[in-house]
Amino acid sequence: MTARAWTIIGCFAVLALLFMLPEVLRPYYLALVTKMLIFALFAMSLDLLLGYTGLASLGHAAYFGVAAYTIALLIVRAGVDSGLAFPVALVAAAATGALFAPLALRARGSYFLMITFALAQVVWSVAFGWRSLTNGDDGIPDVVRPDFGWSLDSTTSFYYFVLAIVGLATLLLVAIVGSPFGRALRGIRESESRMQALGYNVWRYQYVAFVLAAAFAGIAGALYAYYNRFVGPEYLYVVQSAEALIMVILGGAGTLIGPAIGAGLIVFLEDFVSSMTAHWVLVLGIIYVLVTLFAPRGLIGLVDQLRQRRVKP
Amino acid sequence: MTWVIHILNGIAFGMLLFLLAAGLSLIYGLMKILNLTHGSFYLVGGYIGLTVMQRTGSFVLALVVAVAAVALVGAAIERFFLRRFHLDELPQTLLTFGFLFIFADLSLWIWGGNPLMLNMPEIFQHSMPMGYYAYPVYRLFLIAIGLVVAGGLWWFQEHTRIGTMLRAGVDDAEIARALGINVSLLFTLIFAVGAGLAALAGVLAGPVLSLYPGADFEVLIFAFVVVIVGGLGSLRGALAGALLIGILDDFGKAFFPEFALFTVFVPMAVILVIRPTGLFGRR
Repeated sequence: MTARAWTIIGCFAVLALLFMLPEVLRPYYLALVTKMLIFALFAMSLDLLLGYTGLASLGHAAYFGVAAYTIALLIVRAGVDSGLAFPVALVAAAATGALFAPLALRARGSYFLMITFALAQVVWSVAFGWRSLTNGDDGIPDVVRPDFGWSLDSTTSFYYFVLAIVGLATLLLVAIVGSPFGRALRGIRESESRMQALGYNVWRYQYVAFVLAAAFAGIAGALYAYYNRFVGPEYLYVVQSAEALIMVILGGAGTLIGPAIGAGLIVFLEDFVSSMTAHWVLVLGIIYVLVTLFAPRGLIGLVDQLRQRRVKP
Repeated sequence: MTWVIHILNGIAFGMLLFLLAAGLSLIYGLMKILNLTHGSFYLVGGYIGLTVMQRTGSFVLALVVAVAAVALVGAAIERFFLRRFHLDELPQTLLTFGFLFIFADLSLWIWGGNPLMLNMPEIFQHSMPMGYYAYPVYRLFLIAIGLVVAGGLWWFQEHTRIGTMLRAGVDDAEIARALGINVSLLFTLIFAVGAGLAALAGVLAGPVLSLYPGADFEVLIFAFVVVIVGGLGSLRGALAGALLIGILDDFGKAFFPEFALFTVFVPMAVILVIRPTGLFGRR
């Protein structure tokens, strides 16, 4: 069978497995898998920038957090229906991206990293400092989940809701990445000047990729606000941005499956390590160092290496 | 008169920022490493200074021990980790981020989560009369130290043999190596100097700003803004940017406390639009 057929079979197997999970998992672990799915989407959205367009952003939590705060503020402060807040949050995240992109895209490399970082910290400082609106450090509780005629309050129904949204978003991402637009992004990653010479408006492609990445991060952020029924400034903090970065790299940048696996692993490890020691941050730091030293191209890169070794005699 | 006080406060804070940004900028200029551990060097330096001060009561000893210890740690990180990924941006970023987390958690473990203040050395515990106000002598001392370090770094760069090698390395590390300059030793040395300067800033900041978990991120952001404004790799840019940002920050905190960071970030955004490589940065 061809590789493509195997991929399709694999996808269906994973999907079937994900559908069956509520039957076999205890609610605690089902909630953990829900979180994994949300962060898988967050990591994939960052990979659109990092892996496909070649722009390493250290401020991706900004769009995640803006969407989450939009949801929380609309529901708690303005009394808007929870389901209606979702599309507004998406637009807010994309708009933030559209606003920040022209600033960040003035630069490349280290400067791009610093600027995205600094911009995200501005958003964080607003959420942290504007106490009368956001409660500052205390965050906003009582973010109710949407109700489309059936309640999402149970772990199982919310899991299916997240699975559906993340599934749809992933399909969209797969379509984007495989489209001529996605191929152009990869071309830009390899050589901006060559794509420019071929007549592509490089800046416009990067801009659209930036806004798309922000929008998908917004979907993840909105889901996470529902998930925790709470929003706090840590959603916007640089640690959140950096975790997304390590999820992408750990799994393997430039693929969609890699970051999803990376996200699942980091979320699982965080839960596992936190249950044993208070020093999750230390362990996370060590993971960064080890991944950089031993798997700089991620788990997907390791698999490729092993495969190549088998092919050669 | 209040304006003079605000400007002096801003310059004093700006000098601390200069110590941080100078190291960040030197390291980037020579090695093209964006050192995210720089804020941790500041915080850990401050904490070490605090402990030495508590044990011995000597501020000078606190400065010396903190700077030496952190410079050694910096040299080790460069030699054993960063060196393997020369000019490879993403792994370097990840490594320095990893160390940021490691230092953050270790210092939380050792020094706890409460804000700590370094005791002000006795000779600085009074104020100087200035019109209707009294101005704390320690801040004037900060300004003086900043100027001395800035002058020293300039002299080091322009008039010493190592400074000449450094300038050659910044211009073209490969050619410098071919000319017989020991560039790899230079890398370790400059990384240690940068880390030491950050630790110096940490100890000096101890008596005025407190040390607490999260301060590492906060000063890192300020140092980033300074080098974005001034331009990476330029000492002049680090000084100009640090003074500008220090003063703007002081006015922001005094007049718009809820949005203090905005008075810093809006000028940064404006400069980015006009000159993406900063005031003194090179293309």
